[in-house]
Amino acid sequence: MAAEQKFTQQTWPESPEQATLEGKNKFLGFWLFLGGETVLFASLFATYLALKDSVPSDSHAKATDLFELPLVFLMTMLLLTSSLTSVFAMYHMKNYNFKKMQTWLFITVALGLGFLGCEIYEFNHYYHEYKHTFTSSAFGSAFYTLVGFHGGHVVFGLSWIIALMIRNARRGLNLYNAPKFYLASLYWHFIDVVWVFIFTVVYLMGMVG
Amino acid sequence: MANLQQNSNNPKASYEYRRKKHAEEMRMQVITFTMMIFFTVIAFAAVGAGFSKWFIIPFVLLLAVVQVIFQLYYFMHMSHKGHEAAQLFMYSGVLVGFITILTFLTIIWW
Amino acid sequence: MSTIAHTQKRGFAGTVWEYLTTVDHKKIAILYLLAGGFFFIVGGIEAMMIRIQLAVPNNDFVSAGLFNEIITMHGTTMIFLAAMPLLFAFMNAVMPLQIGARDVAFPFINALGFWLFFFGGLFLNLSWFLGGAPDAGWTSYASLSLASEGHGIDFYALGLQISGFGTLMGGINFLVTIINMRAPGMTYMRMPLFTWTTFVASALILFAFPPLTVGLFMLIFDRMFGSGFFDVAMGGNTIIWEHFFWIFGHPEVYILVLPAFGIFSEIFPTFSRKRLFGYSSMVFATVLIGFLGFMVWAHHMFTTGLGPIANAIFAVATMAIAVPTGIKIFNWIMTIWGGSIQFTVPMLYAIAFIPSFVMGGVTGVMQAAAPADYQLHDTYFIVAHFHYVIVGGIVLGLIGGAHFYWPLMFGTMLSEKLGKITFVLFLVGFHLTFFIQHFLGLMGMPRRVWTFLPGQGLETGNLISSIGAAFMAVGIIIMLINIVITQKNNVQVGRDPWKDGRTLEWALPSPTPFYNFKQLPLVRGLDPFWIEKMEGKTEMTPAEPIGDIHMPNNSFIPFVISLGLFIAAFGAMYQMDDKAWAIPVLVIGMAVTFGAMLVRSIKDDHGFHIHKEDLLEEDGKGGTR
Ligand code: HEM
Ligand SMILES: [Cu+2]
Repeated sequence: MAAEQKFTQQTWPESPEQATLEGKNKFLGFWLFLGGETVLFASLFATYLALKDSVPSDSHAKATDLFELPLVFLMTMLLLTSSLTSVFAMYHMKNYNFKKMQTWLFITVALGLGFLGCEIYEFNHYYHEYKHTFTSSAFGSAFYTLVGFHGGHVVFGLSWIIALMIRNARRGLNLYNAPKFYLASLYWHFIDVVWVFIFTVVYLMGMVG
Repeated sequence: MANLQQNSNNPKASYEYRRKKHAEEMRMQVITFTMMIFFTVIAFAAVGAGFSKWFIIPFVLLLAVVQVIFQLYYFMHMSHKGHEAAQLFMYSGVLVGFITILTFLTIIWW
Repeated sequence: MSTIAHTQKRGFAGTVWEYLTTVDHKKIAILYLLAGGFFFIVGGIEAMMIRIQLAVPNNDFVSAGLFNEIITMHGTTMIFLAAMPLLFAFMNAVMPLQIGARDVAFPFINALGFWLFFFGGLFLNLSWFLGGAPDAGWTSYASLSLASEGHGIDFYALGLQISGFGTLMGGINFLVTIINMRAPGMTYMRMPLFTWTTFVASALILFAFPPLTVGLFMLIFDRMFGSGFFDVAMGGNTIIWEHFFWIFGHPEVYILVLPAFGIFSEIFPTFSRKRLFGYSSMVFATVLIGFLGFMVWAHHMFTTGLGPIANAIFAVATMAIAVPTGIKIFNWIMTIWGGSIQFTVPMLYAIAFIPSFVMGGVTGVMQAAAPADYQLHDTYFIVAHFHYVIVGGIVLGLIGGAHFYWPLMFGTMLSEKLGKITFVLFLVGFHLTFFIQHFLGLMGMPRRVWTFLPGQGLETGNLISSIGAAFMAVGIIIMLINIVITQKNNVQVGRDPWKDGRTLEWALPSPTPFYNFKQLPLVRGLDPFWIEKMEGKTEMTPAEPIGDIHMPNNSFIPFVISLGLFIAAFGAMYQMDDKAWAIPVLVIGMAVTFGAMLVRSIKDDHGFHIHKEDLLEEDGKGGTR
């Protein structure tokens, strides 16, 4: 089977993720999917902006009461760095260096888990300190839906990368799994793209009212 | 269906060249990353320093857009050949998304 | 490992299993046709009940509450579960062949898309038996749908969510197929119009369904999980739902009508024996309609108080769509002009389509004038408008297309005589039913009304409308009889049954081999098969020597993934009644879905190869040509 063929660093093609027709299709299909995801997140942002600070009574917390810079900054750094480490992983994928690719993917996953930990802490904090929940106000619903959808993407992305790492741990790279690794890393970057807008629109703009 | 794409001419000769190209690209990525971190720090600093909101909002939005362009074009390789369809559909998605957000900011009120 | 033996006879259970696991676009097309046809009949029965109720004043054939459920389910079923899947049936059956592909880009995803649609539709329709159907209209405006009691709206939101995922996957699959899998020489500007309209409609799906997904999630969260998106008391805003619904909803009407345009654009040249007039302007108009389709949604919301500026912008944008649509109409007329016309059944539908659709377009432009729409909105005038575009455009396209492509899908030819009887009954019935509704609307009869009073001048119009509906029903019944007779007689008609086929799908032997093209064809221009025929050839020139063909394996996983979501939906819905079993069911369902996805991603599936020798051997035997 051509897709299972063994390679050396010399024979490994220039764009392994697109070297087979199957890979090419997956590559394009995934980009189109990201185009749709863009609209999905834009819709969530639109809702958030329309419902921001829209609470039933003044006793409810608003954006300026809730957010704190240091935690968001830490989360941002974790996610941005994980984006770079997944670039490193793909660099080694293109050089047919499976071990190093796995190492960098592992670091990516670790950083992603760190991000997720911060997010759980953050939500917990809002709940206990401010009684700001999914069901406390329209603002709460919109906030948790937007940020939670992103968090859900992080969870899915992490599971995907971990599954790929475990599944292929023993057999190394081939033209069948190279597109999969590549797409998982694209997905991870897209998660980062969305986060850039979340920290800007939700947190930074939320802080200034 | 033909499974393997024609590989560029002589594999051994192009191998060294490819590695070099990858390494160069990697350097580019690290520079990109540094700038992204830099932009992020400025954005947070601007909010932390407590400038007027009329300055901060357009400023952080601009930084976010630039950063995302970096992410798309360098980290996600949208600058490379073979991404024409990807670009078309990403931009279409951005356009639809932008119109949605514009609507929700202008004609939804109480 | 199955090879050519695939085509051999198998028992009933074997056939069922084959269809449950198939990833072949031609078989998935048949699944879509069956399921879509079934829902079309369900929606049709609901329509007949509406018309019986409204045939005479003060009628009580159905109660007011039931009436609301019937109109809601009629609209929802027809749009999501009948029209879209039936179009998907033709896209699957025809498009890959038209571009000279051996398969779609993602055969597995293709099957998954079907099963998601199917289980979503099943879930939605189970509401009839589990405490009542949704009753807030197919638009399900949030102020109404949040107040609706029982689980009807929950069935609506969850069912559409599941089938919407399927549609989105189908759209991405078609896009990638068209971009990546075209045969050698099949440039974009040589693609048949049906392929082009499939392409644009799929792009619209890609961008229009996410807003619907978001809107439905919010409806689900508000009703089942206590959030407050649309709940004014919590600071929410019901207008948000309307926007999401129509940001999806208007592109949706073009998702439906563009492929129908595509079908007509294939029928006209075939039976006029002329190439399509103004091919490039047709392509341009299709793309432009797709683009403008996203800029006009608020014309459905003129009366919600968007303000004069927004109303003006959306009014002008809406009217602009009439321009590319007009281009198309003139091109079709010019295609017929001077051709040697054959009045076959598909051609009759195509010709009837032009005036019918134009009437719907004209009333559309009338409604686009925002001040006029204040009068027309929510009256029977609107009902008349959208049925003129939906029935006069899409349904005529579906029925005409069914007759046209029947030989391609089943190898048999529907009876022309019965087809003509159906045509006359259906067309007469259609205009009887809906033309008069314009006037009922202008006279003030509101839309979605359960009954009306005598003495207000509405009796005659409504009775005529109901009689027309009966005509349509009889027409459809005759078509079903036609189908049964044809399939029973099973007279195989062979390759190029219309004799004047122009595009690649007609160049294939009949029945189409499961690998489609033994050798990929070389495309030398628009209407490639016609070009070869004009040079006296009977087959396409191959673009490659005979070689091994790679095929995907069948899989049961798409069914399981969809089944998992179907199960989970029950859990999500009943947890709001504090049923103890609900949350476990939700978890189990999700576990089934994600487990099946994990199996899919962990188990390698490389497909199989049909070997060159087998292909050559089959050649020697000389299959049915
Ligand atoms: C091409 C296929 C078309 C389809 C399938 C279609 C379908 C529909 C449907 C279903 C509605 C009802 C909305 C409701 O529930 O109130 C509607 C309303 C409307 N349509 Fe169309 N339409 C089509 C073409 C057009 C065109 C060409 C125009 C204008 C140039 C147009 C303008 C409108 C307007 C302004 C309304 C809003 C009426 C109101 O709700 O007050 N439509 N259309
Ligand atoms: Cu519309």
